Order: sequence, then structure tokens, then C-alpha cells
Amino acid sequence: MLGRAANGVYWMARYLERAENTARLLDVGFHLALTSASKDSQYDEWRSVLTTAGLVDEYIEKYGEDFAGPQVFNYVLRDKDNPGSVLCMMENARTNARVVRTSITNSVWEAINEGWLTIKDLLARPVRETGLREALMAIRRTNMLVRGAFENSMLRNEVYNFARIGTFIERADNTARILDVKYYVLLPSTAWVGSNLDNQQWDTLLRSVAGNRAFSWLNAHTMEPREIARFLILDGQFPRSLVFCYEKIRSNMAGLAKEYGGETAAHELLRDTGAALHQTTIEDIFEQGLHEYLQLVISKTIDIGNAIAADYRFTE
Amino acid sequence: MTAASTPKFDEMLHEDGTVRAAYSEFRNWYDAQDKSWLRRQDAEAEHFFRRIGITFNVYGEADAEERLIPFDMIPRIITAKEWRKLTKGIEQRVRAINAFLQDLYHRQEIVRSGRLPISALRNNDAFLSQMIGFTPPGGVYTHIVGIDLVRTGEDDFMVLEDNARTPSGVSYMLENRETMMAMFPELFTQIPVRQVSDYPRRLARSLRACAPPAYDAAAGKRPVVAVLTPGIYNSAYFEHAFLADQMGAELVEGNDLRIINGRVAMRTTTGYKAIDVIYRRVDDDFLDPLTFNPESALGVAGIMDVYRAGGVTIANAPGTGIADDKAIYSYMPEIVEFYTGEKPILQNVPTWRCSESDALAYVLDNLKDLVVKEVHGSGGYGMLIGPTSSKRELSDFEAKLRARPENYIAQPTLSLSTVPIFTKEGLAPRHVDLRPFVLVSPEGIDITPGGLTRVALKKGSLVVNSSQGGGTKDSWVLED
Repeated sequence: MLGRAANGVYWMARYLERAENTARLLDVGFHLALTSASKDSQYDEWRSVLTTAGLVDEYIEKYGEDFAGPQVFNYVLRDKDNPGSVLCMMENARTNARVVRTSITNSVWEAINEGWLTIKDLLARPVRETGLREALMAIRRTNMLVRGAFENSMLRNEVYNFARIGTFIERADNTARILDVKYYVLLPSTAWVGSNLDNQQWDTLLRSVAGNRAFSWLNAHTMEPREIARFLILDGQFPRSLVFCYEKIRSNMAGLAKEYGGETAAHELLRDTGAALHQTTIEDIFEQGLHEYLQLVISKTIDIGNAIAADYRFTE
Repeated sequence: MTAASTPKFDEMLHEDGTVRAAYSEFRNWYDAQDKSWLRRQDAEAEHFFRRIGITFNVYGEADAEERLIPFDMIPRIITAKEWRKLTKGIEQRVRAINAFLQDLYHRQEIVRSGRLPISALRNNDAFLSQMIGFTPPGGVYTHIVGIDLVRTGEDDFMVLEDNARTPSGVSYMLENRETMMAMFPELFTQIPVRQVSDYPRRLARSLRACAPPAYDAAAGKRPVVAVLTPGIYNSAYFEHAFLADQMGAELVEGNDLRIINGRVAMRTTTGYKAIDVIYRRVDDDFLDPLTFNPESALGVAGIMDVYRAGGVTIANAPGTGIADDKAIYSYMPEIVEFYTGEKPILQNVPTWRCSESDALAYVLDNLKDLVVKEVHGSGGYGMLIGPTSSKRELSDFEAKLRARPENYIAQPTLSLSTVPIFTKEGLAPRHVDLRPFVLVSPEGIDITPGGLTRVALKKGSLVVNSSQGGGTKDSWVLED
């Protein structure tokens, strides 16, 4: 396939995943705002949503320290000045889908195109609190439909592999960042560890990766940070854990090696990082420092993405 | 021959209001349908097009919004007998166009014989000196042609325009049919309509039959075909993607391509791979920055050298545009006769060349009754429609004509035939044209039964261009 097309399906998948992750963050922020005790604490919740999404500096530049809910979620959902907005990312996903129109099935294209039209329509005007759930649902539903169409209609070939690699690189990055932000940024100081605020934030974190139910099935009624970190990094059953994501990247890279009859530098890089992830324990990670560890995973993931782009000639 | 002086030809109805044979079965079906159901289907069609993304971009519009070409669900119906005559005329004309191109870029016998003035070539940007003395693989210049036809009476089809460089619209022909079959399947079990759906397969076969000398037939592989598009912001991107997809060809952009070892090669995930035939949808001027416009990044640097050395086939060949130039158009009857030795089967629309002083004087005197077109214009831009223009518009245009008469041709406002469209109030007649699509290869000329019918949606309007608010409808050629 063309290198440009491989680049297109890879980024189509990444943008879809990122849009969905961002929508889920907003859902959590909204949930927190609804359950918070005061206006001040609502402001804190919305601010932490921006921090987790990596958008807080750009937001403050535009609006100052005013973290009113509708202003924040509209910024994250639909602001044209914000390239990280859900609307911009869905548009990027759809543009990439147009670029690779000849590599994806009609079902996939129509799911993306129709979803984009719906979302564009829902976000054509500022969203009010009463409309937020519907908008977020539409984003999630679109992604579910695209994923379903992809699973059910695409050949299991290089196109499929590149898209899946895009999805799981994005997801690994997202999980690592969310965990890192919680651990390193959100908590005012280590003195707060184990406090109510701390517990509530861990709960929020689990919700934002749709892992709260799964976690409580596995760990009835505890909110022990170390267990949560273990869950998000090392639990191979959880589809958003780092180990899970890396296993999917590995199997799809193996698919490429099989189809092309050989491995590349990216395979080598992935093997090293993957091995380190599989052989480690949560004790080792905390000993090394969670933040340091997560930063390492994030930068390795970026390196792997870059190596794939170079090895498979995504661009000239 | 102006709109006012002759009655319009209604393709569905005789003058006494009875239904013509071509439409009788369709009309029976239509009359039996519940009209509110039809209205719902009509609304559904737009949703269908939007969902599958059959859109085009309008140049020069700020937001570059994607637009739909309005679709009308009443088919345009052509009998087998009419089609036989049309295809004979089209085939004759397309054969003549290819022979004309071969001659223009070699001995120019037609100029030597005095049938075409050298002035028609001189200073004409569509004539490419780089093509002089070169013969494309298989001797084919224009591989894909769209002939625009209008009808003025029972037996009167005329050629309004030849599209020999990069005719577009074939995806609409195919999707219009798909849409009709999805909405009204029973129509196609009741009425014998000839199929158009194998066009992409025929196109692929026709293009492969034009492989360049560098193609190694002995290696046992089919020639590699790619569609070259300017990219997703081009107005016809959907069509480029659609055709590549349906042909199983790669859809490439200039930055995917590079010249390697005397071949044009595309960057794949496993390295560069040679292409044999390029169906290009970028204009001549943007094809090769080394030969033509140096600013352009849409094409491939060095492709013309590869082409001339036999390393690749370019469809359509660069320089074919000279054959569909509006100034050349007026000579087409002579051209057809010169190269085929036969009388033209399809007539031209009468045309005044404003470069000739007698013609110019006539055109200036009768401006309000004429259609005046820019010789190099397309898409309905830069034209004057006399009968519907204001005094001010007429006098402005007169000034332009006097300043550069050689830049214009003029034609009478024909009384174009009408075909019914579906409106809230029922069927209503509107003007139409027809663009059949023709494929040319050394194996022969292949015309798909049907084409793209464009329809003016406004009552009385003669403008059918999609960029000017026209719509399209499915075109049926009936089996005998």
C-alpha cells in the first residue's frame, strides 16, 4: 500500500481514539461537577479536566482563570481555535478517512462520515448543560460504530494493522498520561495521599478510562493507589492497560512483518520496550518512581510511532 | 434559431400531451405511485448522497463547504434506436479527434490542406510544443472522452462540446444508477435498462491495453494503473477516489511519486514501485514542474522525460486539450470529414468565431439573442446568455468582445429539449444535456450505454452546469 495511505489510516485511528478519550474526560468532569459541593470545587474539577487533556495553558491564555463549566466543555468540545477539540479531531479523522477512501470499506467510510455529520450538527452551536450528555453519547456511539464496521468489514491485512497500531499507540499514550497527571500534577502535595480528595481523584481517573467497574470487579471496594496503578499498567485483561495496548501493538506489528516478509527497526524498538513492560512488577515501578517510569513509557511510545512512520515510509 | 422562435422538444410528451413510447412504461409506473411516498423518497435521496459522501467543492468559496449536486429521481430515457445512431456519431467523432491530434503533433496535414488556419494553433495554450513529433503508446491521445450532447428535436442531437482532456462526472452516472436501483428496484425488473455499472472494469481494461513500451508483458503481471489526483481539496476528489477504488488501482498524489531508473514510481510501505499507466486528473500545466509550471507540486518532476522515453503512459495524453478548445470546436465538421472521409453523423451547434470580422459584426448586432462563450472557459464561467441578461450586462460584455474578439465564440440560444423533473407539484419540464463517456484504446472505442444527464433546475433556465446550480439525473438506454 502507499506510504501516504498507511499514514492516513494510522492517523484516522489515532484521532478517533483521541476524540473518544477526550469525550470521556468531559463526561467525568461533568459527573464531578454535578456531585461537587460548591462552585469553587466545580471550578477545580473543570480545571483538572483541562489539565488531564493537556489543554490548560491554552485555555487560560484565552479565558484566564475562569473555569465555568459550559465555557470549559465548549472549549474542549468545539472551539475552532483549539486543535485538541473533539470537533477538530473528528474532522481530522474524517479528512484522513477521505485521504484513504480507497483503502477502507464503504461501511467504515460511511460510519465515519455519517458520525461526523451528526457530531458537526450537534456542535454547530454552543452546547448547553442539558445537551452535553447527548453530544458526548453521539461521539462515543460514532466511535463504537466505526470500530464495529472496522472489525466486521476490513480484511486482516496491512491496512488493518496500521489502523490498530494507531489506535493502541494513542491509547497507551492516553493511559500513561492520565495516570501521570493524576499522580504528579493534580494532588497538591504528598500530604494529601489517602485523603478524601485523593480517593475521589483515583475514582475519577478510573472513570476516565472506563475502568471503574472493571477495577471494582477485580478489587472489591479498595481504592489503593498501588492497586490502581498496577491495574492500569500491568493488567493484561483490561483493554486500556499499558500491557494490553503493547500486546496489541506487538501482534499488529507481527502482522506487518509476516505480510512484508521481514522486520524493521521499529520491531526491535518495540521488543525492548515490550519486554521491559512484561517483566516488571508494580514494586519495581514504584521503586523507580511512577512519574519517571510513565515518562519513559510515553517517550518510548513516541519513538515507536516515529520508527513505524519512518520504516514504512509514511512521508517522504 | 432562438428560444422564442421554435417550440421546445419535450422528450416525454407528444405535442398533443400523450406519452412518447420511450417513457410509456415508466409513466405507467409513476402514475401508479403514491405521491407522498415519492416525496419521502426524494428527501431520502439527498440523505443517501450526503452519507456516502458524494460531494464536490466549489472553487472560490470561502469555507470550501462540500456541496451535493442535486439529484432528480425522474430518469432521462433514450430508446435503443436513438442510442445506436448516437453511438455511431460519437465513435466517428472520437476517431476523428484522435487522428486530428496525431496529425497536429506531426505533419499537420490539415493545416497544409487549408482546412484549418494556422492561427487556430498559434498562441493557443492548449497546443503543447513538447508533444510535437511524439506518439503516445498505442497511438492513443485521448483515452477517456466525454461528448456533451443537446437535443432540439425528434432526430436532432447536436454536439455542444467535446471534453477530451479530463472529462468528469462519470461517478455521478454510476451513483445515480445505484441510487435509483436502491430506491425503486421494481422499475428495473419491469423495464429493460442497459447496465452502466461495469464502466470501471472497462476503464481499467482500456487503460491496461495502453501499457507503455517499458511494461514487461513477459513478466506475467498486469500493467500497474494509478489514478493521479490533486488531492482531497480538488472539486472532483470523490470521483478520483471512487474510480481508483472501483478499478482496484492506486490513488496517488504528486508527492507519492518520484522518477526512479527511468520509471515513474510510487512510494509504498515497502519501497518504490513502478507504475505503467497513469490516469491523471491534474491539468497539463501542473503535470511536470520541470516542463510546465515550475510552481506546481501536484505532478511529478521529470515525468515528461519518462513519458517520451516510453517509461509510462499518461491518460489522457498532455496536449489533448487542443482538440476540445472552443475555437477548434467550430472546425469539427471539417475535421471529422478530413480524417474519416465521411459526412459527420452528429452536427455541431452553429457557431460564430468572433475572431472573424463578419461574424463579430453579426454577434455584436444580435448579442441579446446569443450565447457567447470564452474560448478557454469551462464550467459555465465567463459566458453571456443574451436573452436573460440585463442591458448593463450586455453592454459590459460588448466591451469585452470588442477588446479581445478572438477570445470568444457565439452560438444561438437553442431551444433545448426538456425532460420532466420531480417537483412538489408533480412533474415539470426542464432543459437537459447529456454527456456519454467514451473509452479509447488500441483495442477499440467503447461507449457506455447512458451517460450523465445534467438538468437545469430552475424553470426556463438553460444552464445545467453543477457549478451554476444545475442537477443530475439517471440516464437510461433501453434494450430493444
